[in-house]
Amino acid sequence: MKLLTHNMLTSHVKGVTKGYPLLIKATEVKVNEVEFNPQFVSRMIPKLEWSALVQAAEEDLPGELVADYETNEEFLKKVHRILLEVEVLEGCLQCPESGREFPISRGIPNMLLNEDEA
Amino acid sequence: MATSSVRSCRQYLLHLAQDNLDFRLPEIKALLALRGKPFIPDEKFKEKSPFWCLDGLSEEDIRSIMARSVCAKSAFELWGHGQTHSELRASLLSYQSENMSPFMHKDSTYRINIYTFNKTLEFTDRIKRIDALDYLPFEGTVNLKSPQHIFCLLEDYGTDPNNIPEHPNSVYFGRWLADGQRELIHSHSVKNRHFIGNTSMDAGLSFIMANHAKVKENDLVFDPFVGTGSLLVACSHFGAYVCGTDIDYNTIHGRGRSSRKNQKWRGPDENIKANLRQYGTEKTFLDVMVSDSSKSVWREAALFDAIITDPPYGIRESTRRTGSHKDITKPPDESHIPVSQAYHLSDIFTDLLNFSAHHLVMGGRLVYWLPVYRPEYCEEMVPLNPCFQLISNCEQTLSSHTSRRLITMEKIKEPEELDSLTHLADPRFSPYQGHNAFREKYFSGLNKRRGKEDNKLDFNDVSC
Repeated sequence: MKLLTHNMLTSHVKGVTKGYPLLIKATEVKVNEVEFNPQFVSRMIPKLEWSALVQAAEEDLPGELVADYETNEEFLKKVHRILLEVEVLEGCLQCPESGREFPISRGIPNMLLNEDEA
Repeated sequence: MATSSVRSCRQYLLHLAQDNLDFRLPEIKALLALRGKPFIPDEKFKEKSPFWCLDGLSEEDIRSIMARSVCAKSAFELWGHGQTHSELRASLLSYQSENMSPFMHKDSTYRINIYTFNKTLEFTDRIKRIDALDYLPFEGTVNLKSPQHIFCLLEDYGTDPNNIPEHPNSVYFGRWLADGQRELIHSHSVKNRHFIGNTSMDAGLSFIMANHAKVKENDLVFDPFVGTGSLLVACSHFGAYVCGTDIDYNTIHGRGRSSRKNQKWRGPDENIKANLRQYGTEKTFLDVMVSDSSKSVWREAALFDAIITDPPYGIRESTRRTGSHKDITKPPDESHIPVSQAYHLSDIFTDLLNFSAHHLVMGGRLVYWLPVYRPEYCEEMVPLNPCFQLISNCEQTLSSHTSRRLITMEKIKEPEELDSLTHLADPRFSPYQGHNAFREKYFSGLNKRRGKEDNKLDFNDVSC
């Protein structure tokens, strides 16, 4: 699971109102090399919840978005690495309100709820 | 047509393939919309014809369309046309010579092709036609192998193979600009793909769907019934970054029984990511997840530029969603695959439209297949949503009594803009009724023809 995806996911356990962002509990993380595409990164930045990304990244991303980020290649490269190159292979995503865990195996989250939680 | 007047605007000729006829116009229109250009056919335009003359475009527009279109075979800068060869000649002689001369000067090389639709010409007749064009000011040298410029004389002998006229209905002459992307139908054929399933979308149609959806480079595209990722393959080819979900754990993980005739189980390299890797677009693979589309896992925001999907029809793959099911008492197993209940077809589409209204960007498109029981189909059956404008509805016949329709919708309003009474305005905004019967009607029709049979069908069994 990439952090771009994580930024868009929320807990949908019945009754939960503050299910975002999901907490990442990773047991295996990999950093891949993915071709840098500054236009794509620039396009994605407005779609992101920036504070959730900073929290998930655990690295030095500025707390607030840099102005004129579209032309700041160094900044875009940092964001690219966080969004697309860091991958959670094993672990789980935890609902911050209910504590319910969604397992991640082979990089694939399983978001299915059981009958009683739906 | 005023053949004697000098035309100041360029005209372009598209030569289209004669299959998926319904899908061609929406594809070309969508590709033009990506350029912000309208579709302006000439006054003789016939949608079912293989030849379309377009006005109001630039050569760049045409090249852009051809870089994407799977419906168009070739495109030409149209120099003249008419219903007879003498009309063509008059038309060509009125084409401004300064538009011709850059491609005909003495240091250039060229070749003339003859193309006849719905008729085979003898070699000698082809030569005769080339010779008959000697009134054109060609000054360059003929080079059959690698000419700088290719010209084409095209003749249309109608669309009835049983009634081929002696003389063509229309003739065209133009400078060849580009071919379309029909090669993708072969290069990306599902037959050669690493990872397939029973419902993997045919390559040609998956690229057409990506075009109907106006997918462009650096878009974010989502498929909520992703299966083996055929639609993601097409979108990633056009430069979009792709993600998908499916309720089937094994398909998402690339495990379980193979859909190939000689193979029992899937191999280790059979998954969606491997498919993108096969075609060199792995960098645009975002994620796939196991998830129930009726229970959205995405935060409330306009995340996706396009949503493209082929929801289950309940025939070859079952429709499922999580929820309680009184008849089945199964202890949850280790991979947390919850008990499924039948997901009524009408709910699938209502949920899909509603989900798309909340998660598509403004102007973004939803493209999906709607299964149809033909004897009872009427246009009112297509589900609508007040946030969307219906762009196109294209039928692909599957059998005598079933078909599927490719529905394209464009988001025109945010859900918050609607007032509480909007849903009462049009009955088609309500949950789509009567569609649950699709599965029953499909099987009852088959049972009448074949007698009692297993409900699982091979796609090859249905006649197209």
